Amino acid sequence: MTQKMILNFPAGISGTPITYELIRVHDVKVNILKAEIQPGQIGSLLVELEGDQEKLEKAKQFLISNGVRVSPVSSKVSYDEKRCINCGNCVSACFSGALTIGAPDWKLHFNPEKCIACKLCLTACPQKLFRIEFSTIN
Amino acid sequence: MAKTYEEINDKISKGKAVVLTAEEVSELAKTLSPKEIAQKVDVVTTATFGAMCSSGAFLNFGHPTPGIRMEKIELNGVRVCGGLAAVDTYVGATDCNPERPAYGGAHIIEELVAGKEIVLEAWGKGTDDYPRRHIKTLITKDSINEAYLYNPRNAYQNYNVAVNSTNEIKHTYMGTLLPQLRNAAYSTAGELSPLINDPECRTIGLGTRIFLCGTEGYVAWNGTQFHSTREVNEHGIPVTNARTLAVVGDLKQMSTDFLRAAYYEKYGVSLFVGLGIPIPVLDEDLAHRVSIRNEQIETTISDYGDGYKILGRTNYAALRSGEIEIQGRKVRTAPVSSLAKAREIADILKSWITNGKFTLSAPVRPMPTNTSVKPLTVRGFEDETGI
Ligand code: SF4
Ligand code: SF4
Repeated sequence: MTQKMILNFPAGISGTPITYELIRVHDVKVNILKAEIQPGQIGSLLVELEGDQEKLEKAKQFLISNGVRVSPVSSKVSYDEKRCINCGNCVSACFSGALTIGAPDWKLHFNPEKCIACKLCLTACPQKLFRIEFSTIN
Repeated sequence: MAKTYEEINDKISKGKAVVLTAEEVSELAKTLSPKEIAQKVDVVTTATFGAMCSSGAFLNFGHPTPGIRMEKIELNGVRVCGGLAAVDTYVGATDCNPERPAYGGAHIIEELVAGKEIVLEAWGKGTDDYPRRHIKTLITKDSINEAYLYNPRNAYQNYNVAVNSTNEIKHTYMGTLLPQLRNAAYSTAGELSPLINDPECRTIGLGTRIFLCGTEGYVAWNGTQFHSTREVNEHGIPVTNARTLAVVGDLKQMSTDFLRAAYYEKYGVSLFVGLGIPIPVLDEDLAHRVSIRNEQIETTISDYGDGYKILGRTNYAALRSGEIEIQGRKVRTAPVSSLAKAREIADILKSWITNGKFTLSAPVRPMPTNTSVKPLTVRGFEDETGI
């Protein structure tokens, strides 16, 4: 089976040895769909893990015990469009390109497929219009 | 031939004035000369909608029986000014209770405008004529006497672009600045911005009638930190934060469509203010000024992670393209003020003028010249910064 998830790495640990160990020790196939990591900094990986259920569960536990925040990718980011003033603050923070604003209308556009659930828009919006919902994966 | 305010107002009241937004006139200027524009166009509307921290509202609550000399005042648990007579206050946009930093004066102002009930609690020591020592009650904008917005510093003429070269996220009033120049935030409405279209304030002065948060307002004074001697580029535009305006208007007539509270993470509360200013095209010089285009408006790139160090210069056409170059690196840009709202305001003001509802007022006093901004220096005491 495959599972998509977002791995948020805290500052100070690099993603590379962890993904390496996932593959080598835990025997799961790691497909990195999107990476946003710089050494020594907070980073995010959108990954697809492939393996049997037991191995996936162990892999997840391994990640969590290493301080990685694991979020199922069915996490859904949404915002209150009615209150939005199209100021762009969330766009400024959104490095994955899910939130964009520009010509001709200069209104906020959201492409959920590009969202890596980094949550930066939640704090960046001066009106706190963003919500994130996580669906639980057994 | 120069036009006068009277001639333009006469046209406005007859419904014959030709009014364009600053973006429309900049487009027109690609094919028409300033002379032709001066002949054709009477008024140009400019606008901006951005967070302006130096804002606030004066309120008068009315006297209760028995009376109270309010010396300590709270609105929805936020301490506001208790230093104005018995029942007056000033709610500063950035006022807040440090224990609940995400809610503050700006939210109270927005809720008042929205018609919501606000809890007023006040304390006084009790005097011979005002014996009451405490009061707690609900107020709305309709239950109190005056409520007017008075913003000491709005409508900045140009503003820095903010970036962050450090390895950590910086939370600022320019929004979230990602590490290592991963984004650049800009806040000015470019060719639509009021003080960019009349850079020397030939027509914007004390008493200029404006659009303020959905209703008419006035320029009350030069704004604080009014800097009229900044370096200008070849098009006469200051290349960084320069002039500002103090504005006033009736809060009771305002709309939350054009006034919004904001909270900047780990920074504090601020207020989004919608402001529109009509510029009369009195002569060729003004026609030339209002024709300014985004690529001609330059601004300074400032590193908010490193003591506002200047990293270069860019212009608003580049900023709006979504990417600028800083020290040889491509950096993603995004606005932190709303161009969509600014356009809405410029259009509304245009329709007010076109429909003869809004005439222009000549300044009763021009803006000051030869001003600059002083820093605050510590003297007489050891500099204990508490950093
Ligand atoms: S969580 Fe928000 S900021 Fe992060 S990628 Fe998704 S939309 Fe962009
Ligand atoms: S930061 Fe909030 S108000 Fe501004 S554009 Fe994004 S969602 Fe809209």
